[in-house]
Amino acid sequence: MPLIRLQDIWRSYQMAAETVHALRGVSLSIERGEYVAIMGPSGSGKSTMMNLLGCLDTPTSGTYELNGTDVSHRDDNELAEIRNREIGFVFQTFNLLARATALRNVELPMVYAGVSPDERREKALVALAAVGLADRVDHRPNELSGGQRQRVAVARALVNSPSILLADEPTGNLDSKTGVEILALFDELASKGNTIIVVTHEEKVALHSRRIVRILDGNIASDEQVRRVEGRESRFEGKPAPDPSA
Amino acid sequence: MAMVALAAHKLRSALTLVGVTVGVFSIILVMTVMRGLQQNIESELSGLGANTFTIEKWPAINFEGPSGWERFRRRKNLSYQHWQALREQATRARSVAAEAPFAMGEVASRFERSNPDVAVNGVTPETFLARNWLVEAGRALLPGDLDGSRNVCVLGNTIMKKLFPQGGALRETVKFSGVNYQIVGYLEPKGGFGGQAQDNFILIPITTGLNRFGGAQWRSLTLYVQTHNQDEMEDTVEQVRGVLRKVRKVPPGEVDDFEISSNDSLIQQFRDLTLAVRVGVAVVSSIALLAAGIGIMNIMLVSVTERTREIGIRRAIGAKKRNILTQFIMEAVVICEVGGLIGVILGVAGGNAGAYYLKLPPVFPVDWAIIGLAICSVVGIVFGTYPAIKAANLDPVESLRYE
Ligand SMILES: Nc1ncnc2c1ncn2[C@@H]1O[C@H](COP(=O)(O)OP(=O)(O)OP(=O)(O)O)[C@@H](O)[C@H]1O
Ligand SMILES: [Mg+2]
Repeated sequence: MPLIRLQDIWRSYQMAAETVHALRGVSLSIERGEYVAIMGPSGSGKSTMMNLLGCLDTPTSGTYELNGTDVSHRDDNELAEIRNREIGFVFQTFNLLARATALRNVELPMVYAGVSPDERREKALVALAAVGLADRVDHRPNELSGGQRQRVAVARALVNSPSILLADEPTGNLDSKTGVEILALFDELASKGNTIIVVTHEEKVALHSRRIVRILDGNIASDEQVRRVEGRESRFEGKPAPDPSA
Repeated sequence: MAMVALAAHKLRSALTLVGVTVGVFSIILVMTVMRGLQQNIESELSGLGANTFTIEKWPAINFEGPSGWERFRRRKNLSYQHWQALREQATRARSVAAEAPFAMGEVASRFERSNPDVAVNGVTPETFLARNWLVEAGRALLPGDLDGSRNVCVLGNTIMKKLFPQGGALRETVKFSGVNYQIVGYLEPKGGFGGQAQDNFILIPITTGLNRFGGAQWRSLTLYVQTHNQDEMEDTVEQVRGVLRKVRKVPPGEVDDFEISSNDSLIQQFRDLTLAVRVGVAVVSSIALLAAGIGIMNIMLVSVTERTREIGIRRAIGAKKRNILTQFIMEAVVICEVGGLIGVILGVAGGNAGAYYLKLPPVFPVDWAIIGLAICSVVGIVFGTYPAIKAANLDPVESLRYE
């Protein structure tokens, strides 16, 4: 059973004059432990897909199964619970609470999960140590570098041990050196068995993943495994993607 | 969390607080003064003996403004003869007492002299009972003292201590405006509030007073009638009224030209009067709190817009609508509570300053402090709910995209 199974997903926006179809019948399966990059030109529907995968949004039609249960028609409360338990978000603009310390930011998902304060603190400290920020727990976001902020965001995303780490342009606001650091962190997380889905424009970023899904005008244009040659050199295998219904 | 948000917008929060503070301040201030006033009046009234009512020319509280004042002024004084008539004819009464303030000034003993603030009051033997005055040493005034218009006196405890710091006041004399009065007794101390003595007086026979100071035009006696028990009260009042109307020649059909009041009726009158003030305060502070509430709502709406991104983040990491709802309502309540707390503190401080100025006992109206804070919470909840609903209903995707 795949972790994620999208079947004929449509997402349409009703505008004044016309209907915009951001996704036009997307079908896709992702197994537990995969590291997937979603690529595509601007406006192709990447963020729309991320929002659906992250249960921030529901499809206009089609089904989305997460862990074998249909989550495409849940109410707002249930979606919030699913996000809290199953999804960890990392955003391009970090999206930390500006007035809260790193520790408090990382604790926040556990606040909504109803974890006790002591346990919250303990787990948050562990999560921050895991991303190399043990000595920055009491810093506020404006007292941290961009890379450090994104690490806090990663710690926050992982602290509830979610099924999926969803990252929308995680290196978009970082210089290339810091970006590489974050990607190294992702590589490490992937090697530990985390399921990671990254949306990106950049080929270099996508090449860190093991599978690249390309989207064009709301449809999947290609879906290929990444074959690692040596070191940083990578190439694509010409193999077609696995049939989602298989 | 709410406090953090509050601290982050100091000026804005402070401005909003002012409205709440003013609203609560005005409630607490007036209630504090009022409470002090009421305690004072009630304690003064309870200085009357049991089952006693008073007859005066003037009402205790004038509800009729200047025109009423003029009407009361034209009334005949209550005189010594009225007292005598009542004593003879008001057969239901257990006792009828009279009291008149004659003078105020300096009193001196062999050892000390007082400040010129000692009252010289003329009384009858019955007055001691009616006023709950207990003799500590010596005796009260007796009918013989009145009959002979003797120059004797009974001292209030405060003035006794002042004039005879070493004790031994009995059989001494005190001198008031050139006349010596022999001390036949002094009273037990009478509780005063805030250092204000209730017994800084000397009591002389009313006849002595009338002879010496004259029954001047303006001098009207206060009469005290004591009944045998509570049940007799009504009948006795009726009889006293009848006797007084007859001796004062009030034509049938006319209203009384004197005021009869008991403890109960006075306390009731005071409560009625202060009720009007209370209602007024309630209206004023309601308006202040309404304005403050609208201010809070306004600020919370701005805050929700400014923090759209934060709301999106919270929703993305698992906050439910109701989490966001309670967060924003709590913030509104905290703002109101902080403002309310300041209002309570200022109100109690201001009220007690006013009470001190009016020489009233200090009070802390705990019930009103709690009510004030409760009102603040209600204001916070009522006016915070709409912005909080707006916040909770924001679309997570939209709010995450919000710049
Ligand atoms: N709320 C919305 N209302 C109307 N149309 C929308 C809305 N959100 C997205 N769209 C449309 O859906 C399409 C896909 O948008 P989406 O944000 O998914 O693109 P993207 O691939 O993430 O682009 P980018 O790389 O620029 O972020 C676009 O044509 C966009 O205009
Ligand atoms: Mg996008």
